[in-house]
Amino acid sequence: MTQYNFAYLDEATKRMLRRAILKAVAIPGYQVPFSSREMPMPYGWGTGGVQVTAACLVPEDTLKVIDQGADDTTNAVSIRKFFARVAGIATTEATARASVIQTRHRIPETPLAAGQILVFQVPIPEPLRFLEPRETETRTMHALEDYGLMQVRLYEDIARHGEIARAYAYPVRVEGRYVMDPSPIPKFDNPKLHMSPALQLFGAGRECRIYALPPFTRVESLDFDDYPFTPSKAAGQACAICGAADSYLDEVITDDAGGRMFVCSDTEYCSSRAASQQGDAA
Amino acid sequence: MTPLLRVEGLSKSYGTHPGCRDVNFTLWPGEVMGIVGESGSGKSTLLNCLAGHLAPDTGKVIFDTRERGPRDTVTMRESERRWLARTDWAFVHQNPRDGLRMAVSAGGNVGERLMAVGARHYGDIRAQAEDWLGRVEIDAGRMDERPRAFSGGMQQRLQIARNLVTGPRLIFMDEPTGGLDVSVQARLLDLLRGLVRRLGLSAVIVTHDLAVVRLLADRLMVMKDGHVVEEGLTDQVLDDPQHPYTQLLVSSVLQV
Amino acid sequence: MSKAMIEISGVGKRFVLHNQAGVVLPVMEGAALSVQAGECVALVGASGAGKSTLMRMIWGNYRCDDGSIQVAGVELCGAEPREVIDLRRTKLGYVSQFLRVIPRVPTLQVVAEPLLAQGLSDAAARARASEMLARVNIPQRLWSLSPTTFSGGEQQRVNIARGFILDWPVMLLDEPTASLDAANRAVVLDLIREAKARGAAILGIFHDADARAAICDREVDVTAFTPAGAAA
Repeated sequence: MTQYNFAYLDEATKRMLRRAILKAVAIPGYQVPFSSREMPMPYGWGTGGVQVTAACLVPEDTLKVIDQGADDTTNAVSIRKFFARVAGIATTEATARASVIQTRHRIPETPLAAGQILVFQVPIPEPLRFLEPRETETRTMHALEDYGLMQVRLYEDIARHGEIARAYAYPVRVEGRYVMDPSPIPKFDNPKLHMSPALQLFGAGRECRIYALPPFTRVESLDFDDYPFTPSKAAGQACAICGAADSYLDEVITDDAGGRMFVCSDTEYCSSRAASQQGDAA
Repeated sequence: MTPLLRVEGLSKSYGTHPGCRDVNFTLWPGEVMGIVGESGSGKSTLLNCLAGHLAPDTGKVIFDTRERGPRDTVTMRESERRWLARTDWAFVHQNPRDGLRMAVSAGGNVGERLMAVGARHYGDIRAQAEDWLGRVEIDAGRMDERPRAFSGGMQQRLQIARNLVTGPRLIFMDEPTGGLDVSVQARLLDLLRGLVRRLGLSAVIVTHDLAVVRLLADRLMVMKDGHVVEEGLTDQVLDDPQHPYTQLLVSSVLQV
Repeated sequence: MSKAMIEISGVGKRFVLHNQAGVVLPVMEGAALSVQAGECVALVGASGAGKSTLMRMIWGNYRCDDGSIQVAGVELCGAEPREVIDLRRTKLGYVSQFLRVIPRVPTLQVVAEPLLAQGLSDAAARARASEMLARVNIPQRLWSLSPTTFSGGEQQRVNIARGFILDWPVMLLDEPTASLDAANRAVVLDLIREAKARGAAILGIFHDADARAAICDREVDVTAFTPAGAAA
């Protein structure tokens, strides 16, 4: 392994990525362009997240990878194995034991701690994209804090559906300055972004953008005074496995006769709770 | 009294092709100024330079801002210029598609400027949008429809409401009645005249329709090949034109 | 005691027809007159002698080439547009022979316009406009219609109602009684008398000799102002 650089990336790429990450940390919520490299996986599988993770890893790290909250899906397993092989680092499924967590579409239920890094995979980093197609214009809008249009989108939701209908990728304002797309996490997870003790990094490989929330950053979900933001989940349900009433739930269809159950989307959270309950019972 | 807008030595060319050359004028609060001339005379270039859409090559556009008095909008920061564009200025495009968000409801179109200056109360925004739709004679029941469903005249009225909701002091209009049927034009002209008078607005209207300027504008500027060839009181310029080009323009209008 | 509200001296006017070989038509030279407050002066002279031209110069509609035209203390020769606009809004009224309005605007609105321009409330302006329309005998059923469809006499009366709705200190009347029947003519003459009585300075063109005799204090023959070379 000595003839190769640590953690897959060549030194120049790693330096470029780390510079971009440093800049992103220095300007919370600002999208820093970077020259995204080809990764040994297709776009949409987390090429941005993988590059950010590779740039952050040091040999002492312990890595956790989740996809929609699960540690055991193809995407999560592949990326975890990839880094175990190219970086020789330790891996884990336990949120509390991981020093770096790469995630797609969720934030773990177990509260993050200082020293941890959470890396998000981002498909489309620009929150204004579907409102304004021109990149030059969206950049100017960010530069000038011209965010009326973002609010118009929420207005339209209320006018049409009676509430802000956005359930995931719910736009946030960072430190009262940049409007940011928190990646397609459910809006249930939005409050976890706020004042998190962990460093949160966002990588969009296809779109060549990195942005960040340094620890203890103020993150507010956009709303109206008379239609305040509410983090929602399946109403009145608890996890069918571990009984958690405070976690984000997946609906699982169990037969074709209308049978269904709700289970934690965070598999590690769910299984560790279930295990400790069994331990208590034993 | 301070002039609302003072233009000094404004020039803009596109390579070797001149847009407008050495334009000077002063617009006072409450005045409506028309700019006429044929296609290519530089009137739209001038309007876009005044409204901050184009950067002039030379010259000053001094606007009397609310907080800081007269400021040159050419040299001010883009952020300040945009702030003016969504508070104190309004721009009515000839084609409502250029001035409206076609995928956003009528209410959202009117509310956008309010939200852009910080309004965050849905109920208030909606109430103001409703009030403005009423003022431009659009039924409040159609507030949640998209402008696509509206006729050309309605779209143009919606564009006006969207622009006036933040109480601007200066409105730029580029052929505001251009694409409309004659019967719809009259209604729009009457509406504009009423709004301008009631709100004490100043306006700069670019058009090639002399009948429109006669009815709307207090003053008139005639442009040809980028130059202002004649200016003065609207009816004086139209009834007693001095410059050969103005005489030609006036005598070329078909009588009905 | 009396004060000149219109004061004209040495006024000259030429038309240059650039598109017709640059022909220069001198139409007026050395025009001079003055009208005091409370006075009504008629401009007389043959057709084409320059009565309307002089009226239009005083209204600010035609540019004045030489001399001085002062209306209510404002010099019109070389005046800025906004000075002329302000004068027209506050001091100078004009009843022309022609009615120029936006099609589809109701008559009541057309007549109320000068009051609205002065910032009066809609309701007050409408009330006053209704009085004026009733006075010049425009039937109430027509008030909500646009005057563009009216007969010549009706249009003329709408014009009168609009022209007299404000107590202008200076008024210009261009054939105010033309195309009116005897009854309406009497109404207009009364309006002019009332305006005089409250101290308005009035300058008018009246082809109707009886009307002229009834209300005018003096006549000024504009033939005297016709340039020597133009008497062809």
